[in-house]
Amino acid sequence: MTDKKNILHMDQITMQFGGVVAVNGLTLDVNEHEIVALIGPNGAGKTTAFNCVTGIYQPTYGSVSFQGEVILADTPQGKMRRLYAGDVTPASLTPVHKTPDQVTKLGIARTFQNIRLFGNLTVFDNVLIAKHMRAKQNVFSATLRLNHKEEQRMRDESMELLQMQGLAHLKDEIASSLPYGLQRRLEIARALATNPSLLLLDEPAAGMNPQETQELTDFIRQIRDDYHLTIFMIEHHMDLVMQISDRIYVLDFGKLIAQGVPDEIQNNPKVIEAYLGVSDNVDD
Amino acid sequence: MKNITKSKNNLYSLGALVLLLGFLAFLQSDTAGYSYQISILERSAIYAVVAVSMNLLTGFTGLFSLGQAGFMAIGAYIVAIFTIPVEARASVYYVSGISPVLANIQLPIPVALLLGGLASAALAALIGIPVLRLKSDYLAIATLGFSEIIRAFIAAPMFDTITNGSYGLKNIPGFSSIFTVFGLAALCIVLMVLLIHSSYGRAFKAIREDEIAAQSMGLNLFRYKELSFVISSFFTGVGGGMLAMFMRSIDSKTFQVSLTYDILLIVVLGGIGSVTGSVLGAFLVTSGRELLRFFDDPLVIGGVSIPLFRSGFRMVIFSILLMVVVLFYRRGIMGDKEFSWDGLFGLIRRLPDRLKKRKTSSAAPGEGGLKQ
Repeated sequence: MTDKKNILHMDQITMQFGGVVAVNGLTLDVNEHEIVALIGPNGAGKTTAFNCVTGIYQPTYGSVSFQGEVILADTPQGKMRRLYAGDVTPASLTPVHKTPDQVTKLGIARTFQNIRLFGNLTVFDNVLIAKHMRAKQNVFSATLRLNHKEEQRMRDESMELLQMQGLAHLKDEIASSLPYGLQRRLEIARALATNPSLLLLDEPAAGMNPQETQELTDFIRQIRDDYHLTIFMIEHHMDLVMQISDRIYVLDFGKLIAQGVPDEIQNNPKVIEAYLGVSDNVDD
Repeated sequence: MKNITKSKNNLYSLGALVLLLGFLAFLQSDTAGYSYQISILERSAIYAVVAVSMNLLTGFTGLFSLGQAGFMAIGAYIVAIFTIPVEARASVYYVSGISPVLANIQLPIPVALLLGGLASAALAALIGIPVLRLKSDYLAIATLGFSEIIRAFIAAPMFDTITNGSYGLKNIPGFSSIFTVFGLAALCIVLMVLLIHSSYGRAFKAIREDEIAAQSMGLNLFRYKELSFVISSFFTGVGGGMLAMFMRSIDSKTFQVSLTYDILLIVVLGGIGSVTGSVLGAFLVTSGRELLRFFDDPLVIGGVSIPLFRSGFRMVIFSILLMVVVLFYRRGIMGDKEFSWDGLFGLIRRLPDRLKKRKTSSAAPGEGGLKQ
């Protein structure tokens, strides 16, 4: 775990909404080329933690660094100073707030728990939009078609990506008309189109049957190797998580209750308790 | 096969264009005789520009703004102020006189139109900073408010030496021919269509579809909303300038909220998210109003005068027709599709079948009801 390069470091992240502490002093690391899973019962604060990484939420306290650069940092201010109910005593941090688009530009891409495709646009356009961010053009050159080389490059790259993901034959279909499994796959393809180095997957197997889940397992491994990615994911399917994760973090009521390799997690009494709701007499 | 259909369709388009140009040339040959028809068509073309620019914002970026009249007013007044012939200005500003700064500046018409558009765009950029943080209805209300503020400023007595206050501006040079109006309108619309089909247009559509997903694709929401708002306002301003030249005399009442509603009506009727729909809507609404004019004239059947037929009745009929259209075409005439020859021929081919179906199963639910 130590010799690999650190990609993502979350330091004492606390996210408080009013009086509710959704994430409480979460510290975790994701290293290069790893597949790390964040698991926990419903409402444990997993998606909130993701939203803190991508800049959709500004954490109440704590900092997030990506490839050594601080992308988000804050300390309770104003009314929050009085309301603050996190476990960690806040030290003073210089606030940094990168917006979601800036975070994406740095190389963090994500998918969503409830699929967020551009529903009325074609499969091809969905991927093509992700290429816009890094294109060298401006609104005049694009309107007057002076950017045709750049436009062609964007189209070629998108087409290549769709081919690799086996979606090329569906390129002119309207995204929302695809079957559920393919929509998930398209969402991953679209995230890959932003050329990320870290990919966040929010419940990629939600709503999938065992066979689809197995396919997804192979698929995630494959894209990690093909695109030299680091993957950080939230998942409920324990088969999937135990099979592919290098390390697992377990969250319950916003707090980290366990971390380690899959075998350690499977036998951790605290984890079993959180999942099964057993309070006494935990069988070992 | 595909190429053959494509070249065939291009041929149809060329034919339609030649036909249109021929028709315009025919009208142009007798401007005095056809002045009524010409004025309807010119107004339609100008409204089409504004409607497409509103569609760029509402239909393609998903921002519902109601500031069109205000931005048109800016374009119109800039064009008017800078193009009224210097020698005619004394008679225009006969009440308070003209500000000495402006008295001797006269710009060529294209420069004035461009300046009108740029002024609108600049103001939009400024207004956009606070209002584009709002969403849906709130954005509409805020832009509506700004539009009224602009109108109030124009009518304010303090600016009499610039805008001539409530007396309005007249002697604005008109268009030399109907070709100028149509050419200019076509240029504006083509530029907007090119934008919509470019990478930036795709970014706008992404924001319309899902803001959070668009953000996570690396699009800065504010930047792209502002861009769309500024570009839309630029063309709205140019459209306003063209309206000033078309009307030859303007005052602040020209740019009341009802003008915005007219444009909104065109956009909704044509189909939100369809450029051809907006163009079609502009011509249908503008000419429809005029064609129904006979409802305003007294009607006498067998010596009995029908009491309903009097001034204003055509607007009742017009409103009923609108309701009928909206009921049957819930998403406007074109929906969010664009016009295509294949679509048109397909519709003609299917028409007999559809009519038959209607008759046989009159109790069947409307076809729009089942679609998502």
